[in-house]
Amino acid sequence: MRMTQGCFSFLPDLTDEQINKQVEYILGREWAVSLEYTNDPHPRNTYWEMWGHPMFDLLDAKGVMMELDECRKANPDAYIRIQAFDNTRGFETVMMSFIVNRPADEPSFHMTRTDVDGRSQRYSWDARR
Amino acid sequence: MADDVVQTVDLAAEYEASGVREVLEELDRELIGLAPVKQRIRETAALLLVDKARRDLGLSIETPTLHMSFTGNPGTGKTTVARMMAGLLHRLGYVRKGHLVSVTRDDLVGQYIGHTAPKTKEVLKRAMGGVLFIDEAYYLYKPDNERDYGQEAIEILLQVMENNRDDLVVIMAGYADRMDKFFSANPGFRSRIAHHIDFPDYSDDELLRISQSMLESQSYVFDPEAEAAMADYIALRRMQPHFANARSIRNALDRARLRQANRLFSEAKGPLDAVALSTITAADLRASRVFQGGLDVDRMREAAE
Repeated sequence: MRMTQGCFSFLPDLTDEQINKQVEYILGREWAVSLEYTNDPHPRNTYWEMWGHPMFDLLDAKGVMMELDECRKANPDAYIRIQAFDNTRGFETVMMSFIVNRPADEPSFHMTRTDVDGRSQRYSWDARR
Repeated sequence: MADDVVQTVDLAAEYEASGVREVLEELDRELIGLAPVKQRIRETAALLLVDKARRDLGLSIETPTLHMSFTGNPGTGKTTVARMMAGLLHRLGYVRKGHLVSVTRDDLVGQYIGHTAPKTKEVLKRAMGGVLFIDEAYYLYKPDNERDYGQEAIEILLQVMENNRDDLVVIMAGYADRMDKFFSANPGFRSRIAHHIDFPDYSDDELLRISQSMLESQSYVFDPEAEAAMADYIALRRMQPHFANARSIRNALDRARLRQANRLFSEAKGPLDAVALSTITAADLRASRVFQGGLDVDRMREAAE
């Protein structure tokens, strides 16, 4: 199942050139860029693995693209997202987040029913291949 | 070639439009002396402009190798010129952002195994789209220690200099003789560096003009005797060890300002006017140890020899 989350989630996957332009936009607003990856794309899984430190002092998107290439090489079958963090006082939050890599064969969501309190049921989902 | 591609090119118009003229004029205005360096930079600018025109006409596609080495004694303006070079390359469209990242060995080489590569890559990431200025580059290579991590940084640098020619320009700087040794030990660098620019030492006269412009920028002036004292100072300082051209002059001026402040503080009886506050007198300069034969430690060393 095609996973969608973050910005541009209803667009086709961004090409490297488009990612480059988005990163330029992020750097132009002086936000810090960071890369994160995961194998568990469940929407409730907020904390993905960090790929290196957030990059606070870059001026050009090329540095991010180099990291992205390396992250893809190391985790070709993971979801990778780029995040832009605004450290301005009052914001101090992620301003932008979008997926830049997805596995060729994406997991689907599996539903589990659990019986509780007589005839009540609880539902939960997990990503499965 | 497609029909809509420009068929002719007006170099003069390109020159005006690119803003190269401002950089070259700034170079002429702000840097005293350094005639051979200015000449080389003008030639390089012409080459790059023609190359850009050729690329616009579709005659060449390759990015020319722009990595440079600046050799010269300390205080001859290598960093200043590197900053202007970054501006020049940016205006000509050879680097995207045109910032200068100035580093030394400490910023590139780590302290333990596995520390160097991430450190070097971090610096390279920061320099992307601009100019990476490696001061005292020969320290990267230490032949007497085969386990030195500098070699690792050199290998990463060489790789990036070759593969990311569109993304950054590397300028290596250092003393001429030691850079020569460095390049002969690392032939990879020599072949990847296209422009070698040599920075000559300043003459006494140029250093005097530099000292005046430094003072001017801080709103100070020499009185006539102080100017003569400065000329004497430069001639004497040059003979003494650790002479660093313009940097020595800047330090001398800083100390002269210190003495001037002390003098005003201890001597002034009444209110001071702007002239008194901004005049460096001969006494401020003549008090320097340079006039007594240099630093005590250096004198003792000489006596021992």
